[in-house]
Amino acid sequence: MKLAVWTYEGPPHVGAMRIATAMKGVHFVLHAPQGDTYADLLFTMIERRDRRPPVTYTTFQARDLGGDTAELFKTAVQNAYARYKPDALLVGASCTAELIQDDPGGLADALALPIPVVALELPSYQKKENWGAAETFYQIVRALNGATAAEPKAARAPRGDRRPVCNLLGPTALGFRHRDDITEVTKLLASIGVDVGVVAPLGAGVDDIRRLSDADFNIVLYPEIAAPAADWLKRTFGQPFVSIVPIGAGATRDFITKVREVAGLPNGVDSAADDDLAGLRAPWYARSIDSTYLTGKRVFIFGDATHVVAAARIASTELGFEVAGIGTYTREHARDVRAAATALGVEALITDDYLEVEARIIALQPELVLGTQMERHIAKRLGIPSAVISAPVHVQDYPARYAPQMGAEGANVIFDTWVHPLMMGLEEHLITLFKDDFEFHEGSGASHLHASAKAAPATTETADAPRAEAAATRPEPEQIRIDALDPALVRWSADAEAELRKIPFFVRGRARRNTETFAASRGFGVITLETLYDAKAHYSR
Amino acid sequence: MNDLTPVDAASAAPAAGVGCVDAPVLRERGQREVFCGLTGIVWLHRKIQDAFFLIVGSRTCAHLMQSAAGVMIFAEPRFATAIIEEKDLAGLADMNDELDRIVAQLISRRPDIKLLFLVGSCPSEVIKLDLKRAAGRLSRIHAPTLKVLNYSGSGIETTFTQGEDACLAAIAGDLTPAAPAEATHLLVAGCLADIVEDQLRRMLLEIGISSVDFLPGRNSGDLPAIGPGTRYLLAQPFLTDTARILDGLGARPILAPFPLGAEGTFLWLSAAASAFGIDQAHVDRVTAPARARAEAALARIRPRLEGKSIFFFPDSQLEPPLARFVTRELGMVCVEVGSPYLNRQQLAPDLALLPAGTPLSEGQDVDRQLDRCRAARPDLTVCGLGLANPLEAEGLATKWSIELLFSPIQGFEQAGDLAALFARPLVRRELLGVRS
Ligand code: SF4
Ligand code: SF4
Repeated sequence: MKLAVWTYEGPPHVGAMRIATAMKGVHFVLHAPQGDTYADLLFTMIERRDRRPPVTYTTFQARDLGGDTAELFKTAVQNAYARYKPDALLVGASCTAELIQDDPGGLADALALPIPVVALELPSYQKKENWGAAETFYQIVRALNGATAAEPKAARAPRGDRRPVCNLLGPTALGFRHRDDITEVTKLLASIGVDVGVVAPLGAGVDDIRRLSDADFNIVLYPEIAAPAADWLKRTFGQPFVSIVPIGAGATRDFITKVREVAGLPNGVDSAADDDLAGLRAPWYARSIDSTYLTGKRVFIFGDATHVVAAARIASTELGFEVAGIGTYTREHARDVRAAATALGVEALITDDYLEVEARIIALQPELVLGTQMERHIAKRLGIPSAVISAPVHVQDYPARYAPQMGAEGANVIFDTWVHPLMMGLEEHLITLFKDDFEFHEGSGASHLHASAKAAPATTETADAPRAEAAATRPEPEQIRIDALDPALVRWSADAEAELRKIPFFVRGRARRNTETFAASRGFGVITLETLYDAKAHYSR
Repeated sequence: MNDLTPVDAASAAPAAGVGCVDAPVLRERGQREVFCGLTGIVWLHRKIQDAFFLIVGSRTCAHLMQSAAGVMIFAEPRFATAIIEEKDLAGLADMNDELDRIVAQLISRRPDIKLLFLVGSCPSEVIKLDLKRAAGRLSRIHAPTLKVLNYSGSGIETTFTQGEDACLAAIAGDLTPAAPAEATHLLVAGCLADIVEDQLRRMLLEIGISSVDFLPGRNSGDLPAIGPGTRYLLAQPFLTDTARILDGLGARPILAPFPLGAEGTFLWLSAAASAFGIDQAHVDRVTAPARARAEAALARIRPRLEGKSIFFFPDSQLEPPLARFVTRELGMVCVEVGSPYLNRQQLAPDLALLPAGTPLSEGQDVDRQLDRCRAARPDLTVCGLGLANPLEAEGLATKWSIELLFSPIQGFEQAGDLAALFARPLVRRELLGVRS
């Protein structure tokens, strides 16, 4: 057993629902108790969809368990088929139904429906939502292309003069900005002369899935969802795939290069032209002098592997932040995150335990947190600015406006969203200069943010306050000198503590930590005014 | 607007044939679109301040709690899920040892917890994990600092608010039986917002009932011994099991309409007074100012809702008393009143006040019910979160039923707020110029 307060991912059948809901003409019959129908609200409330997910739940009850739950399942399939007339049917079991072992696949087969029926095995006690989504998509692609797979097209017909065509794989219902990413990537591809054949699963029907193999190659937009399907398409039809995810300016350039290569288009066109072409403003914004204040901001990044790796690259090479730590809840793709962490010289946090993530954020004291809705809440509580970069997200992260993460506009959106919660350059300096102005102080928050920003500095204050008070009431400690010391054991003298509080709040956490580490490394048990400035000198070298 | 049918609120049950007391009910069996009983933890864990709810279930259960309580994520919740894993099912780990380990871990993190509920789920029920025994064992291990109780919130046994019923039944079952000679006192059962509880307590005191307790208490130790001296009055219409446990302890029920609206609250208080031998004229006098305030608030909203049709999808069992409120106090017309479970006995006073011929349904076949709703095109549809936006997109005005559980709606002072909950979707459509 595992103790969980909040979870990053739902069970695998919710992943299957994300695929069914994304597609057209597909219906999903889920063997599950009534309470599992809560999952509908993810789509209708959080994503604000205007129709119910195409899911029929058998909603068996305790009194059915002794009787015939299998019969109940068959009736549900028959009724769903009669009512919704889908082009394909998915059947599966939720965690409870898995335990009663009714074999939804076998039962549905016995009904001999005149449409393809895809039986899903979703091991609820081992796997999670993203795995369920990937598996479901893969099973659909396989089931609907099984017949044509007989003759593998290992060598694909030459393209000739026609424009290259690719499929976009991976966008689902309830995905983070998937709707807008598709638009942006399609536009980007068109601008370099590549057409999009099928987008799947989002918006795809059974016929679309059947013509996936017509395209010259595939683009895996979300590896967490589409990697197994793309692998199978490659093995079966010799369709190559591009798996560079175009999030950020650099990755978008790499993506263009790779797509041209796979599509057989000439590369070597200079990237400035590509940027112009694609309306990329983020790199210039990052270079403009107002952005100087972004330099070295310590950032913590957590989310699904794809978005975390992309965010780490943007943070370190495109915004000049210092990446203090990264992590992911997708164990299946932990390797990529570990590799990115090694390259950045930090340790990767691989966990789906929200409390561990919180502990890490507290330990690292970043100045900006990029994460899921969970990290947003952690950051809010700690008074640290934050932005959402990955699922799971809440209703406010499905914006009405166009806000992709991918491609040129995605990079622009990311620049805005990450920089917005931070204080702007000159404002930061003015606050430092005129610390004692009663109306213009750190507690008043950044001028472009609303009242909620007030909570931020206030919390930073309270985090400091007890220690300051303790320092004030304590008798002034004598300097003690020990050889090796744990920074946590170092104490502050009252005047050093007071001086520390004159340092702007957004760098105070770092100053505190640096000074403590410095003092500990020198074996100082107490930080005096002297130690504080020695440490400052040491770190500014 | 006060055409109160002369019901003797204190009498045990209204006569057959009155209103909808023995009206026929459409019973349906099909897909249900409702929460399971675990959802009650969302409000129960805020209400009982020294209790913790540990669900023994699957990732699905944890995800349900997350989806239902998502907005409260910034406060550390007093609930969590012990997620059963493959190795537990395969017998590689002993589930009782695992549970003991997790509880120990929990208690070390939250030493302030005095009452722990082990909450059963569908998976724990299906594999027949004996949580009652586990609770007994854990109670012994952690005595006297921690008491451990158990109940089931599983979807195969409980629908939405039945989880609260199961929880309160577990608490009631653990109460000390009182000596037969003990003085009469009143127990009000059903989770209420703190502010409502305080108002009702004040009202009952003014009426002259001096000893009033609420189940659940704000702290686990707040409850008195229960016995023949106990008269209990339900504040929520979904407490079938809790009532049974209280009956078993010798406590005697007071039957009344539920305290929704001016009329409902008045009759509810009157029933309590009558059970304690207090003169009705006194009740009339004491309640007059608050009742007049409530009626004035309702009169302001009533013109917006009068004559409008309303359709209740089954959700919380609050539907019949709400239907009584909207028809009698707001002049609305019920197209269908669905409830997951109709406890005719407890609801008799409310059903008696419902206009004869009101279509009642119990259970659900959501697809067919949607067909009926679409055909009727009611002015307002009260339904769950999964159905609301899709129906709005089809042009129907909706009110999400869960808000009725998450808002203070009982009592005189909240009558206007309750009416406003029904009026708001219509006002909003008017403001936005939406045409149905
Ligand atoms: S219906 Fe059962 S399995 Fe589903 S969330 Fe509720 S208790 Fe858990
Ligand atoms: S804010 Fe979130 S939790 Fe609240 S009702 Fe909307 S979608 Fe549901």
